[in-house]
Amino acid sequence: MFSQERSTLFSVNKMYDLIIIGSGPAGLSAAIYAARAKLDFVVIESAYVSGGQILSTYEIDNYPGLPGISGQELADKMRAHADALGAQFIIDRIDSISGTLGNFVLKSSTKEYEAKTVIITTGAEHAKLGVEGEDTFQGKGVSYCATCDGMFFRKKDVVVVGGGDTALSDAIYLSRICNSVTLIHRRDELRGAKSLQDKYFSADNAKVEWSSELASINGDKMVSSVTIRNKVTGELKELPVRGVFIAVGIKPNSSYFEGFVETDDRGYIIAGENGATSVEGIFAAGDVRKKALRQIITAAADGANAVDSVQEVLTKL
Amino acid sequence: MVTIINSDNFEEKVLKSDKTVLVDFFATWCGPCKMMAPVLDKVSDDPKYADKFEIVKIDVDDAEEIAMEYGIMSIPNMKFFKGGSVVDEIIGYVPEDVLTGKIDSVLGE
Repeated sequence: MFSQERSTLFSVNKMYDLIIIGSGPAGLSAAIYAARAKLDFVVIESAYVSGGQILSTYEIDNYPGLPGISGQELADKMRAHADALGAQFIIDRIDSISGTLGNFVLKSSTKEYEAKTVIITTGAEHAKLGVEGEDTFQGKGVSYCATCDGMFFRKKDVVVVGGGDTALSDAIYLSRICNSVTLIHRRDELRGAKSLQDKYFSADNAKVEWSSELASINGDKMVSSVTIRNKVTGELKELPVRGVFIAVGIKPNSSYFEGFVETDDRGYIIAGENGATSVEGIFAAGDVRKKALRQIITAAADGANAVDSVQEVLTKL
Repeated sequence: MVTIINSDNFEEKVLKSDKTVLVDFFATWCGPCKMMAPVLDKVSDDPKYADKFEIVKIDVDDAEEIAMEYGIMSIPNMKFFKGGSVVDEIIGYVPEDVLTGKIDSVLGE
């Protein structure tokens, strides 16, 4: 009874117990738990390399048992762990979800997948600052990945904008390479871990501009300076720098699911610790979920919890 | 597969090529570059581009002068060369459909 125009997508013709969308720490942890539970499942990842945001993390020092591991190495280990347990991966980009518990349909531009339950672990990506010059100078001095681009600023002066763990880790890494690093933070204290703060401030070339924000990024073909505004005094100051590293938080990759599952006003999917969203049978895990602390370990924990919830729901079918 | 070039054959393979050449400036320590590599490999094997287009990559650690000459400050950085000069570029990881869209527009299709 399928009309021609309805079946333009190639249907995979298989009903999985579970489809996991995304392959960062939450997705890989879910894959490990789902494989051990012997569920009939697949992970759909949009990039050819698993790991998500941690692929751009130089050093991770808060994942228990693996002090100082690089993000790439941890991603490789997690993926290898899931592979060893027999998890299957498909590279595709899901554009939409529809259906109800026991019968969800996930569509990409070319294929249609069916699953009884779904775990969304699409994570988040770096947020933009929205300051003058940010787009113009992207790749010409403005960067969102210190580990990727730090080497191009060897012996140069740079600023890091932000005050959380990511900003501090970036600033520490850059202080080893650059002539000087200035952290620009909008408050008079930092959010990031105390150990990271101590590490940063122990570097000779580490500076900080408290209660300040970027007013503009300036230059001709490349960045030559930034103008910062002191939020208390209103005073403007120009700092001659070649590099501007922006680490002002993240935004969730949830646009495809907005309207289908309930999200908060910033786009994070609303789900409790068990991962259950507003739609029965759809679970959210990792950075895409609304929660207080976004870390690799909380993402991995979310993945485990979500699979436990999936198993419970599957017994109802 | 994408051919890896270096500073010795950059002129011959890129500047003097009669094809449009996409040069991927990458580094072994860059996560997004690792994500980009299989996408580039796949697209470079597409027979539809064989006659008029080629993808090569160059390690910025091995070719520091060339990276500097072309103002590379963020990787992955993919520059389109036509007749020896840069006509377009992509900065940062992009998925396959964005890459092929850009290639088609540069090739004028």
